[in-house]
Amino acid sequence: MSQPDIGSWACPVPLRDHPNVVMGHGGGGRLSAELVAHLFLPAFGGTPLSGTLAELGDSAVLDLGPEFGPGMRLAFSTDSYVVRPRFFPGGNIGDLAINGTVNDLAVAGAVPLALSVGAILEEGMLLDELGVIAETMGAAARAAQVSIVTGDTKVVDSGHGDGLYLNTAGIGLVPAGVCLGPAQVRPGDAVLLSGPIGMHGTAVLSVRDGLEFGADLVTDSAPVTPLTQGLLTAGLRVAMMRDPTRGGVAATLNEMAVASGTGIEIVERDVPVPDTVRAACGLLGLDPLYIANEGKVVVIVRGPDSEPALDAMRRTSVGRDATRIGTVTAEHPGVVVARTGIGGRRVVDLPLAEQLPRIC
Amino acid sequence: MKYLDEFGDPELAHRLLDDIAATVTRPWALMEVCGGQTHTIVRNGIDQLLPEDVEMIHGPGCPVCVTPLETIDRALAIAARTDVIFCSFGDMIRVPGSQGDLFRVKSTGGDVRVVYSPLDAVHIAEQNPDKQVVFFGIGFETTAPANAMTVRLARQRGLTNFSLLVSHVLVPPAITAIMDSPSARVQGFLAAGHVCTVMGMAQYTPLVEKYHVPIVVTGFEPLDVLEGIRRAVHQLEEGRAELDNAYPRAVQPAGNPAAQAVVNEVFTTCDRAWRGIGVIPASGWRLSPDYLDLDAEIRFDVADIVATESAECRAGEVLQGQIKPVDCAAFGTACTPRSPLGAPMVSSEGACAAYYQFRRVGSAVS
Repeated sequence: MSQPDIGSWACPVPLRDHPNVVMGHGGGGRLSAELVAHLFLPAFGGTPLSGTLAELGDSAVLDLGPEFGPGMRLAFSTDSYVVRPRFFPGGNIGDLAINGTVNDLAVAGAVPLALSVGAILEEGMLLDELGVIAETMGAAARAAQVSIVTGDTKVVDSGHGDGLYLNTAGIGLVPAGVCLGPAQVRPGDAVLLSGPIGMHGTAVLSVRDGLEFGADLVTDSAPVTPLTQGLLTAGLRVAMMRDPTRGGVAATLNEMAVASGTGIEIVERDVPVPDTVRAACGLLGLDPLYIANEGKVVVIVRGPDSEPALDAMRRTSVGRDATRIGTVTAEHPGVVVARTGIGGRRVVDLPLAEQLPRIC
Repeated sequence: MKYLDEFGDPELAHRLLDDIAATVTRPWALMEVCGGQTHTIVRNGIDQLLPEDVEMIHGPGCPVCVTPLETIDRALAIAARTDVIFCSFGDMIRVPGSQGDLFRVKSTGGDVRVVYSPLDAVHIAEQNPDKQVVFFGIGFETTAPANAMTVRLARQRGLTNFSLLVSHVLVPPAITAIMDSPSARVQGFLAAGHVCTVMGMAQYTPLVEKYHVPIVVTGFEPLDVLEGIRRAVHQLEEGRAELDNAYPRAVQPAGNPAAQAVVNEVFTTCDRAWRGIGVIPASGWRLSPDYLDLDAEIRFDVADIVATESAECRAGEVLQGQIKPVDCAAFGTACTPRSPLGAPMVSSEGACAAYYQFRRVGSAVS
């Protein structure tokens, strides 16, 4: 039996400073943010575009210059995939690797254009399994209308990898006139969510070694470009979009609040959580707000555009259950507060690392 | 009934809150014993919805918080061995000992695994006969039966590579310690429902009689906690002190006799140190003499590892409701959630961590 992945859990108990990399450094929470801010950003500074890196967006958005067309910009993103197990209900590491990078481009307002694929293979991996994953990647790319145009393959000794790691990088074009980002967020804006949360993370957990539980649930992994472009071409005043992957909706809302210097208040009962996710999280002592998604979008729009934006989102297959979950406020800047189910209020903190199951 | 939303129904919650508000005529201090109840209170903002006169004191019932520092240090020493696979409930992984935590041991090569059921650790032992497999058996009476089952199963299957690092704690002696404290100010208890699911209710009758405090066996969903508070407040206002069961859908008066039998077979009562509080007599379970060959402390010779808790930490007074966390000089300076000195700052369910969080955001949730 291979061991359960400790890094996929979160706990009330914080990490202390560690001299080594710990699993939480990859968890999408406070430790990940500190690693980037304190180790990578200072080391990577001093180049003409290092200011773009410091924005820490899902994609970097680069000006191409007027010869490429007025106002047209290039979005550029990369992501690595180490999910275990590689196959889970509704998908595998392959379509995840395509959709993940496509979505990072899409929420930056871009139309994804081309992807690279880097594969790190462990000696001994079955070629049949690799073939299935490659076919899935091809199908996902065609479905997302993006081309895989370059790639790389490396093999590491048996025991020095986990079968297969994938990296994808992608570029896309941001149409003229699209201006998204934390600087656009204003108090009074509406916070919208494209559909029910927690499905991807729970689906993966349900088949993880040492943890298998029966769940009528599949990953929500899907490209969100139709939704994001639908909103932008409808002329709605979208301020910012993010895809709530690692760290879930809670981490995404915290990033949006901190980056924009505003507060966000959500109404917990308005956040759609499928019964299966709620039950699994209740059993495991996890909070659905912190569970990863892979085909969802959090959208901040001007308050008056909230209903038309929801209408536009609901016209797409990935957004048919879109709903408003909250509001941007001038109070408590940088902090996300939830109105709880019974009417109390609590802070929805940025997780320190990923969730750990509670003992009781 | 799916048991997902029904016990968080806002309309029913407000009916209970209205009843509590209409009943209270003077200040009362109630303690919810269990960390799971603290979690429900904090997560749902129940403390802010209660009348000002009802003060909830967060009790010492978070097993993560109260596991003694030296037990953590012993766990770290065992987990660092190259011949050991160390298995634990998830939330013990990040509890700091004197030098780091289990995450740090893992990041430097230790084989540390999270399991959901202690029985998984027995399976791991069967599948890894060349390794010593240790399960970190902590918790209150709730987790004890499953931990006891692993020991019995390992014995039945003749496993020589399985052992248990035990640090079980018990609720009734903790209530006694709190009430015997000269500055005790708790006037009523919400007893931990799942502990009573195992042990039943009889142990609490002597406490009700001796200290004349209401003890209400309480569940863990928002309506459960509110109903427990409501019943305790009614008793206090009417001058009654009784043992009451507000969690009858899970708790039978006699508890679970089969679970009690396995616990009684495998464990024996001992004095136990509680992190932040100190030694409470007869407040723990260790392996009984028949099962000492499965005791990891003996097998790995770590019983002589001792640790001293910070003298600056006033966790004991906080856990007994004698001071507020902000009254401690170390609060927010020497002691923060990232580098906690004591138990209540360790877990977000702990009173100090909860205060730290709310102070950090100022008026955001007031």
